Amino acid sequence: MNIDLSRRSFIRLSGAGVAATSLAAMGFQQAEAAEAAHVRDFKLATMTETRNICTYCSVACGIIMYSKGDLAAGEKADLIHIEGDADHPTNKGTLCPKGAALKDYVKAETRLTHPRLRKPGSDRFEQITWDEAFDKIARAVKDDRDANLIEKNADGLTVNRLTTTGYLAASATTNETAWATWKVVRSLGIVGFDNQARV
Amino acid sequence: MTNSWTDIKNTDLVVIMGGNAAEAHPCGFKWVTEAKHHRGAKLIVVDPRFNRSASVSDYYAPIRPGSDIAFLMGVIRWCIENDKVQWDYVRNYTNVGYLVREDFGWQDGMFTGYDEEKRSYDQTSWEYELGEDGYVINDETLEHPRCVWQLLKKHVDVYTPEFVENLCGTPKDRFLKICEMIGETSSPTKTMTSMYALGWTQHSKGSQNIRGMAMLQLLLGNIGVPGGGMNALRGHSNIQGLTDVGLMSNLIPGYLAMPRETEPDFATYMSTRGNKPLRPNQMSYWQNYGKFMVSFMKALWGDKATAENGWGYDWLPKLDIAQYDAMRMFNMMKNGEVNIYFCQGFNPILSFPNRGKMTEAFSKLKLLVVMDPLATETAAFWENHGIYNDVDSASIQTEVLELPTTCFAEDEGATVNSGRWLQWHWAGATPPGEAKTDVWIMSQIYHRIKALYEAEGGKAPEPIMNLSWDYADPEEPTAAELAMELNGRALTTLYDATDPTKVVLEAGKQVSGFGQLRDDGSTMGACWIYAGCFTEDGNMMARRDNSDPSGMGVFQQWSFAWPANRRVLYNRASCDPDGKPWDPSRVLIEWNGEKWVGPDIPDIAVTAKPREVGPFIMNPEGTSRFFSRKLMRDGPFPTHMEPFESPVANPLNPEMRGNPVARVFPDDLATMATSDEFPLVATSYRLTEHFHYWTKHNYVNAVNQPEFFVEISEELAAEKGIKKGGRVRVWSKRGQVWAKAVVTKRIRPLICDGKTVHVVGIPIHWGFKGAARKGFGPNTLGPFVGDANIETPEFKAFLVNIEPASEGLA
Repeated sequence: MNIDLSRRSFIRLSGAGVAATSLAAMGFQQAEAAEAAHVRDFKLATMTETRNICTYCSVACGIIMYSKGDLAAGEKADLIHIEGDADHPTNKGTLCPKGAALKDYVKAETRLTHPRLRKPGSDRFEQITWDEAFDKIARAVKDDRDANLIEKNADGLTVNRLTTTGYLAASATTNETAWATWKVVRSLGIVGFDNQARV
Repeated sequence: MTNSWTDIKNTDLVVIMGGNAAEAHPCGFKWVTEAKHHRGAKLIVVDPRFNRSASVSDYYAPIRPGSDIAFLMGVIRWCIENDKVQWDYVRNYTNVGYLVREDFGWQDGMFTGYDEEKRSYDQTSWEYELGEDGYVINDETLEHPRCVWQLLKKHVDVYTPEFVENLCGTPKDRFLKICEMIGETSSPTKTMTSMYALGWTQHSKGSQNIRGMAMLQLLLGNIGVPGGGMNALRGHSNIQGLTDVGLMSNLIPGYLAMPRETEPDFATYMSTRGNKPLRPNQMSYWQNYGKFMVSFMKALWGDKATAENGWGYDWLPKLDIAQYDAMRMFNMMKNGEVNIYFCQGFNPILSFPNRGKMTEAFSKLKLLVVMDPLATETAAFWENHGIYNDVDSASIQTEVLELPTTCFAEDEGATVNSGRWLQWHWAGATPPGEAKTDVWIMSQIYHRIKALYEAEGGKAPEPIMNLSWDYADPEEPTAAELAMELNGRALTTLYDATDPTKVVLEAGKQVSGFGQLRDDGSTMGACWIYAGCFTEDGNMMARRDNSDPSGMGVFQQWSFAWPANRRVLYNRASCDPDGKPWDPSRVLIEWNGEKWVGPDIPDIAVTAKPREVGPFIMNPEGTSRFFSRKLMRDGPFPTHMEPFESPVANPLNPEMRGNPVARVFPDDLATMATSDEFPLVATSYRLTEHFHYWTKHNYVNAVNQPEFFVEISEELAAEKGIKKGGRVRVWSKRGQVWAKAVVTKRIRPLICDGKTVHVVGIPIHWGFKGAARKGFGPNTLGPFVGDANIETPEFKAFLVNIEPASEGLA
C-alpha cells in the first residue's frame, strides 16, 4: 500500500471496507449507501498525534496524545484524548488507572492559569502579571542574598553560601528543566536545594 | 534499578519487599506476570499488609514495619548455614577475602567508635588492612578470623529463625519457606530480582534495609545478571533524572560532590578523590573524576572557567555541614532562619512529616514562591479549611506567589525511568491561560536578578555574572540546547593522547561518550553519565526502534540508557571469571577470545581480559562489598535498629532508641512517643487509583477513590469498638486525623516479643485541594526524623492510637 495512512485512519478505512463488502454480498447496495451516509469519520483520525511519556510514576509508560490543532505547526492545540503507546517496549499500549485518566489531569479545573499573589495576613489570592511576579522575586532574592550570603567563613576561606533562601525542585520536570534550574539556583549560592528523591 | 522493567521477564524469582509494585507500578508489574507465565517464575511478597502484590503472589509472609534488616540478615544467615552461596561469584567478585583492621568490632548492636554526644561513629576502624604494596590483603582461604567472610558470619549469627520470628512477627515456618525459595537462586542458572520502593527507604535506617538485600543478592550471585539486580522502583516520572542531574543539597550532576568548606581550592577538593586501585590491575573508574568535574565547570561557567582560576571552583557554594536537606531547611525555617523558599512542582505541606511543624515553619517565611501546574496545599497553607487546615490566615504574614507552569503535555524534553532510560517527549497541547514552562520562568528570574546586580552592584556578583547562558534565545533556552550541554562537546579539537596527529573530535562537536571528556578545559559536559545521549548522530533519547533481536528485553535502539547506553549495570558479573555466561540461555555479554560481545554494552573495557579486571569497575577494589568500609554512617554491615517510635525494645540493646546516628533536632525528641501512650504501629502507603497528591485533582480518579480512609484489622476493630466504614480519629504525639475505617483481613495482628502488635495502614492521597473529598494524610502524624545517611523521613513505622469518632466534624 503506497498511500500514507496513519494507523488510525487505516483502521477506520479497513473497518468500513469490511462492512461494505459484506453488505454488498448480501445484495444490500441501497443499504450500503444509507450506511455510508450516516457513519461518521472516526474522530481521532483528524487529530494531531504526539508521542509523550506518562507524567506519573517512573515506569514511564509511552503514551500518544491526540490534539485538535498542531502545536508544531504553530497552531493552538487542544488535547482531546490520551492512550497507551502500543509501540512502547515497557507498557506495550497498556495504562494503569492513573494513566488511563491522564487527560483529566492536563485539563483539571484546578490547573493554575495566572500568576497570583497572596499578601501578608490576607485570606485570598489576587491575580498579578508575570512582570510584577518577577520583579518581586528578583528584588526579594537580591536583597536576601546581599544581606545574608556568606562570602567567607571564619577562617577567611571563600564559601559563597546562601542558607536563607531555599529551593525544592520538581522531579516530574525534564532533565533539561533540571539543568537550567541547577544553574540558576547554584549561581545564587543556594545550598538548601532538594527534590522529591529526598522523600 | 541496576536492571530494567523489561528485564524482569528474565527472572526465576521475584521478591517484593519494601514496595507494592502491583499497586503502585501496575504497568511495570506486568513484567512480573510475564516472568510467572513464561518462565514459571515465583513471586514472594513480604509486607505488613496482604497487599495487591501479595494477592497475586506464590508466597506471602507478614512482617512488622521497621524490622526488615533482621529478616534479611536472617535469610543471609540461613543461606550461609545451608551452603546456598554462589561460591564462584562470591569468591571472585566480592570482598569476602579481604582483611579488616584488628580494632574493628560489633557488640550490643553497635560498631566500634560510637560517640553518644555527637550521635556519630568515629569510623577509623571500619577499614581494610593494607599490605606494604598499598593493596588490601586478601585471604583466599576465607579462614582468617578478620576476613570479611568470617566477620559477616559472626555478624549475622544472632539472626536465627527464632530471633526473626520474635522480632519481625513473621511465623517461623513462613520465614523458613522463603529462605528455601530464595536459597534456590544461589544456582548459577537461577536468578532472583529484588523490587523495592519507599517501603524500604522511608525508615531512619532505610539505606541499610537496601544494603541488606544487596548483600543477599551478592551472596546468591544475582547482581549484574539478567533477571537479577537491585531494582528501586522509584516514584515520580523523573525522580531518577533529578537525582542524576544533582538537584540535591550535596550533589553536582553525575553524582559528583558539592565541595565542602574544608576543601578551599580545586586541588584540595581533588586530593581526596584520586581513587587509587586497592587491588592490582583494577579500573577504579572514579580515577577519571577530575575529567568529569572540570568538564562540568566548563559547562557551568563557559570561557570564564580557566586553569588559572581553578575552573571557577571559587564560585561554587561550599557546604559547612554534610547537607542542607529539606528537613534541615524546614527546621531552620521554623527557627526563623529562612526568608525565601521556592517550591517547584513540590507539595511539602503534604509530603513532609509533622504537618503542624511544617505549617509553623512556612508561616515564618517572608516570601514563598510556588511554581506548579496545579493548585497545591503548599501554596494555600495559609487558607483555613476547618479541621483539614486549621489556621488563622490573618496571623500568617508570609507573602505567597503562585506561578502557573506547564505540565508534561505542554513541554518537551527527557525524563529518566527507573531503569535509567532517558526518554524524550514532545509537546502536544497549548498551555492553559498564562501558564509557562519552568525553563522560561527560571530564565526570567535569572535575568532579572542579574540585571539588578548590573545596575546596583552587590555582594559576590561573580557566580551570577559568569554563569554560562549561551542559548539562541536567552529568554527561553530550548530543550535540545540544554540536552546538548548535558551531553557535552569538544571546545577545542581533541587529539589522540598516544598519537597527536590523530583527531579524536573536532572543536564544537558533541562528544560520543564520557571517555572523550578531559580535565584540561578542552571539553565541556554538564552531566558526564549522560554523555552519549545527544551526539553528532542526533538525539539518542528520541530513538524509537523497539526491536529486541536477542529477546532479552534489552532494547538497545530504544531511547538511551545511562551510562553508555548500558541496560544492565555490572553486566560483566553475568559471566564467570573466564567470561562465559553463568547461564548460556540468558546472555547479555560474553568474551569471544578477543573482546566482549553481546546484546548489551559491556560494563567493562571491551578488550579487558577475563581474570585481569574485576567486574565492579567503579570500586577501587574491582569487587563488590559485603563490608562497606566507611561509606555509610550507621555501619559497614546492616544491624537491626528499631524505628524511633517502636512497640518493642531493641533486643540487641534495649537502651538504643531508633538509629543511634540519625539526626534528631532538639525540639523533635519531645514529640516522639513510647508504646505506653501510643501502642499501635502506623505505616503509610499508596493506592493504585492515585498518584501522590495530583490525581485528587482529576475527577475520574477522585470518583474511583473519593475519600480518605485508614485500614485496620478485624481484631483491632473489635477491640476498639470500631465498625466497618465507621468514622475514627487517629492521633500521634504530633497531630490527629479523622478518617473512614476500612476493617480488613489484609492486616493481621502480629506477635512480637510476646506482645500483640496492631498495624494501622494510612494511605497518602488526600488534602484540601482538588476534586476529591477533603481529607488528611499520614504526614499530619509522622515523626520529624530521617534516614541517617540521606534524611528520608520515617513514614513507614511510627506510633499512633485510634478510637471511634462521631460522624460530625471534629
